[in-house]
Amino acid sequence: MKYMILIHGDESQEAQMTEAEGMQLMTEYMKFGEELEKAGAYLGSERLRPVSTATTVRVREGKTLTTDGPFAETKEQLGGYYLIEAPSLDQALEWAAKVPSARTGSVEVRPIWPEDEYLPQ
Amino acid sequence: MSQVTSEAVERVFRAESGAILATLLRVLKDFDLAEEVLQDSLVAAMETWPRGGIPDNPGAWLTTTARNRAIDRRRKNQNTVRVMPLLVPEEEIAEAPCGEDAVNTAWSTDFGDDRLRLIFTCCHPSLNRDAQIALTLKTLGGLQTEEIARAFLLTPASLAQRLVRAKRKIREAGIPYRIPEADELGERLPPVLHVLYLIFNEGYVGTTSADLLREDLCQEAIRLTRVLHALMPGEAELRGLLALLLFQNARRLARTSESGDPILLEDQDRSRWNRAEIEEAKQLLQGLDSRAGPYTVQAAIAGCHSTARSAKDTDWAQILKLYDALWKLHPTDVVALNRTVALAQVHGWERALKETDALETRLRHYLYFHSTRADFLRRLGRTGEARRAYETALGLTKNESELRFLRSRLEECE
Repeated sequence: MKYMILIHGDESQEAQMTEAEGMQLMTEYMKFGEELEKAGAYLGSERLRPVSTATTVRVREGKTLTTDGPFAETKEQLGGYYLIEAPSLDQALEWAAKVPSARTGSVEVRPIWPEDEYLPQ
Repeated sequence: MSQVTSEAVERVFRAESGAILATLLRVLKDFDLAEEVLQDSLVAAMETWPRGGIPDNPGAWLTTTARNRAIDRRRKNQNTVRVMPLLVPEEEIAEAPCGEDAVNTAWSTDFGDDRLRLIFTCCHPSLNRDAQIALTLKTLGGLQTEEIARAFLLTPASLAQRLVRAKRKIREAGIPYRIPEADELGERLPPVLHVLYLIFNEGYVGTTSADLLREDLCQEAIRLTRVLHALMPGEAELRGLLALLLFQNARRLARTSESGDPILLEDQDRSRWNRAEIEEAKQLLQGLDSRAGPYTVQAAIAGCHSTARSAKDTDWAQILKLYDALWKLHPTDVVALNRTVALAQVHGWERALKETDALETRLRHYLYFHSTRADFLRRLGRTGEARRAYETALGLTKNESELRFLRSRLEECE
């Protein structure tokens, strides 16, 4: 099965990191990515720029409303994701626990909805 | 041949159904299909057993029948398989035990392991507590949906909905049927134990459902804990939990008067306690570190009460020590409150009252905080304050027997 691992964290805390701490975290992420690839579980991943760079768009009655910022103000912000392949939720959760930011923020695991199951049965 | 009634068929079916469902799930990996073919096998048994008698191994008979129905249904569904959201990959469905050899390997029935797999699935941490309880009772228990719904004050429709949602999550999120590895048990066993404990507790203190039903829940919790303990005999907390449930259940008959009013432990007729259950629980605790975990400590506390010849003979100093240990493992306000009862016996009402008062801000809305406090005040002769505490407690319950008990205590403070 495919799962998306969504990484949420407090951006303001991350911004306060020293350069050494930042480097350390990056090294950990690189190791995590390598481990995923070696296990054949890696499908893709990206890191997102902070929510201060976010723009939210809504179309209502044909009109486009563009606003500054994320769609919701929350204590922890979505900062990146991994798309992985895992035999079951248990293995996906194991990978999630290995995400370096799981120690400081929250990691959400969502199963990917397969295309051939979009239509209601 | 003796007459086989439909009640007899149903009784056998109930006893076997949890294990059979577990096996069906392991192979089919599809809750709905497993439940459908299990039901089919009951229908088949209803048709054939009254004529031919109950087979020597009814579990195997039912499993084989259900298996054949599953193969039939899958064959019929081969064409529609593409649009069916099954957990099993298609090639596995194609292979799904059709040839005789494949059938025998895949369907080798190790009921024990299957049930273990299933209980860990039902109590998976990614399901919420209500879903865990409902699934465990529905899939492994011998209770019908209507009975479970009544026991938890739900309409059968809303319970069914809860089950449907839980099963959907198992399928769509890919919650596996597997026994966790040894290094995962630290995280995965506690929710299982908690669910078993809650099922028992609902039967033991549940205040609204019918008495017989409550007894069923207790029996069911004990039965499942026994099964689990037999499968994982090395797990100390599991042994502790079984001992705790047995100690509690042993007091069932002595706990209430004929009119249904609760009788306090110190006033219970100890000859009405179930000796066999107490003995079994004592055996279980033997050789177990009484501080192994919260259930084991609570079992040791229950054991102190159960083995005291009279209320006066109770080893309160030991109980207090155990409460201190419990507090270290599980520091909750309710544990702190229960500890004050032992504290009162060892160090007096004054000190117990002082420690109870310290819990007020957090337990202000908790009935037993006020009733415990009222009891200490009453024994200290501070009747005015005791009255007020009983009055507050009265405002926090709607349960008839609790109301009667509190009112009678209030009258003693006149």
